Amino acid sequence: MLDPTSPLKDFGDHLASPPLPVELKGLVYDTGGKRVINDANATIRSRRITGIMGPNGAGKSILLRLMHGLILPTNGEILWAGRQMDRAIGHQQAMVFQRPVLLRRSVAANVAHALGLRGIKRDKRAICVDEALRLAGLERHAAMPARVLSGGEQQRLCLARALSLEPNVLFLDEPTSSLDPASTLAIERLLLDAQRRGIKVILVTHDIGQARRLADDVMFLHHGRVLEHQDAQNFFDHPRSPELRAFLSGGLVL
Amino acid sequence: MLIHRRWILGLGSALLFASLTCPSFAAEDDFIIVQSTTSTQNSGLFDHILPKFREKTGIDVRVVAVGTGQALKNGRNGDGDVVLVHSKPDEEKFVAEGWGVKRHDVMYNDFVIVGPASDPAGIAGLTHADQALGKIAAAKAPFASRGDNSGTHKAELRLWQKTGIDPTHASGEWYLETGSGMGATLNTAVGKHAYTLTDRGTWLSFANKYDFKVLVERDPALFNQYGVILVNPKKHPRVKAEKGQAFVDWLTSAEGQKAIASYKIDGQQLFFPNAPPGT
Amino acid sequence: MTDFIDAFRTALGLIVTLNPDLVEILLLSLKVSLVAVVIASLLGFAIGGALAVYRFPGRSAVSAGLSALMGLPPVVAGLVVYLLLSNVGPLGVLQLLYTPTAMIIAQVVLVTPIIGALTRQACEDLLEEYDEQLRSLGASPSAIVTTLLWDGRYRLITAVLAGFGRAIAEVGAVMIVGGNIDHVTRTMTTAIALETSKGNIALALALGIVLLTIALAVNASLLWVQRFANRLAYA
Repeated sequence: MLDPTSPLKDFGDHLASPPLPVELKGLVYDTGGKRVINDANATIRSRRITGIMGPNGAGKSILLRLMHGLILPTNGEILWAGRQMDRAIGHQQAMVFQRPVLLRRSVAANVAHALGLRGIKRDKRAICVDEALRLAGLERHAAMPARVLSGGEQQRLCLARALSLEPNVLFLDEPTSSLDPASTLAIERLLLDAQRRGIKVILVTHDIGQARRLADDVMFLHHGRVLEHQDAQNFFDHPRSPELRAFLSGGLVL
Repeated sequence: MLIHRRWILGLGSALLFASLTCPSFAAEDDFIIVQSTTSTQNSGLFDHILPKFREKTGIDVRVVAVGTGQALKNGRNGDGDVVLVHSKPDEEKFVAEGWGVKRHDVMYNDFVIVGPASDPAGIAGLTHADQALGKIAAAKAPFASRGDNSGTHKAELRLWQKTGIDPTHASGEWYLETGSGMGATLNTAVGKHAYTLTDRGTWLSFANKYDFKVLVERDPALFNQYGVILVNPKKHPRVKAEKGQAFVDWLTSAEGQKAIASYKIDGQQLFFPNAPPGT
Repeated sequence: MTDFIDAFRTALGLIVTLNPDLVEILLLSLKVSLVAVVIASLLGFAIGGALAVYRFPGRSAVSAGLSALMGLPPVVAGLVVYLLLSNVGPLGVLQLLYTPTAMIIAQVVLVTPIIGALTRQACEDLLEEYDEQLRSLGASPSAIVTTLLWDGRYRLITAVLAGFGRAIAEVGAVMIVGGNIDHVTRTMTTAIALETSKGNIALALALGIVLLTIALAVNASLLWVQRFANRLAYA
């Protein structure tokens, strides 16, 4: 278990250089006869953690997948430092899903497999795996089957796996929504550490407290539209739209 | 790492495959394939005479036992070096059409009509086979036919022709066409308490007789002539003409004929060599 | 009833004395079916994995066709291979007819659809869980296939066992392409057919019992391997 007070070791001197700003221009996404993303527009300039919030069904997960290139927009475009989304940009990104997705292999093998996919050679792979597991506090579990870990441990592993790929951008889709506070804290520490190393973190979260703790700027999504996008302070203390006000005060936003 | 595993797996299986099947490739070429009939094989004749041929010439004879029709068809395809069946008209046609070099008489055996001990059609002891068949048809007693275009089947049909009755009208009622080899047909006959025409050889070595007996025999019409033919190498260059001819020659030679005559079950001789001397 | 009792007694006698004829046909049966299953597995894994992952026009038709071929009658498979290998067929020059190699080919034709269809199903099921994550990690379609195949290895073992069961038990294909030639292409199943046609029912049954025992042994050992590997925990 990670000790919250012990200093985190660095991953080396590698500083990421994410292609910013990210621009969402007139994004539209239809699926199953429904328009899930309905003309979303936003520009993300901050190099620190961006939060995306909104009621269920607002389209947050879809938006994340659009930005990561897992699905293609029906209309509109996403620009990274002025460039359209392509394979090269996608290769510099990583994503952690709401539920941890791990292969039926050992903890170490899961990380090694991801590194292998990126073409990292065997010898370097072993070192990266060790560092990733150490960072996540899972080095003692290296040989265990990944799927017998606890929920929190599995999610830490997914995050460590993502970080081992040295991405420029890291997407997370409500990574701690089903985790206990200790695991949540461990994940958040890893995210702050990632941010320190220059990685652009875009985090969908349901947890207002988490957003306050981590986010530098926050986006509010509602019915597939970006209703508000402000720096964290103003977002929480001076919401402009009635929907956001309702959301922040805990009401149901229809 | 994934690539390495795949390579090893692929290489390993290729080697495994090669090592296990190569013997077939590298095997001595010293064999011929003889297309013959199930009744001949089931009688056990080949097990008796082929080792003698092997000893003399070193040639291994591999027998593929199917029905006469299939044996001749396989011969036409060149999927055999020699054909040894018992249906003279078809054999002569085979040679006339150029698929075989020359037809030689080899031996004869005889057919018998067997049936349940209860003998519902009362045919026991009759001297004329066609008479017996006529009584079976009249009594509508169950009769199992090969129904497979084999030598035995054709012999049976020739007997029906003599009676003037066409049993195929009753196919599925009392006339049962099994479309199978002699052994399978005998199994069916025994199971259904049906009469059937069988060669004596298969009958003697058949182990599932139940209470069946030989009811009609020794009618000259039940005489069954075997012929051997070399598949024509002009039509199928891959035929092992030399070795095949060696087998044909041996079968019709005094030595081969003696080997055939010496095959007995329970002291009874099954096949009677009758190749013309000097062939 | 006596046939059954005789059969068991005969079977025991054959096994205990290691009857050389029995050993010969047993080894041939195993050799043919095992080699066929290995080849069919390599083909089936590749086809099944590719069908699950790659998108191309006509994909569902190919999938349906593969599943339908699981029900290919062995005798038909034998006929098709026979026509190919016959001296008047396109591959006649290889002179493979009436050899164990021909029998292996026929059984590969028979078993590949089974392993392929079951592999496809296993991979599709896994893909539901893994698709997004693997694409996020930047896996190419071929990398996804190999990942799924390894991850689904236990289901694939079952598919292989199903294929082996089919191969070791069939008689139609090996009879036609092999010719049931004594000491060359006579397997357990063709021997059983032959003894049955000679009326040696008890002996035929005895051979059947031996065959079943061997098939049981193969299944049991593979399941043991599975459990052992399980304990070594997915490494």
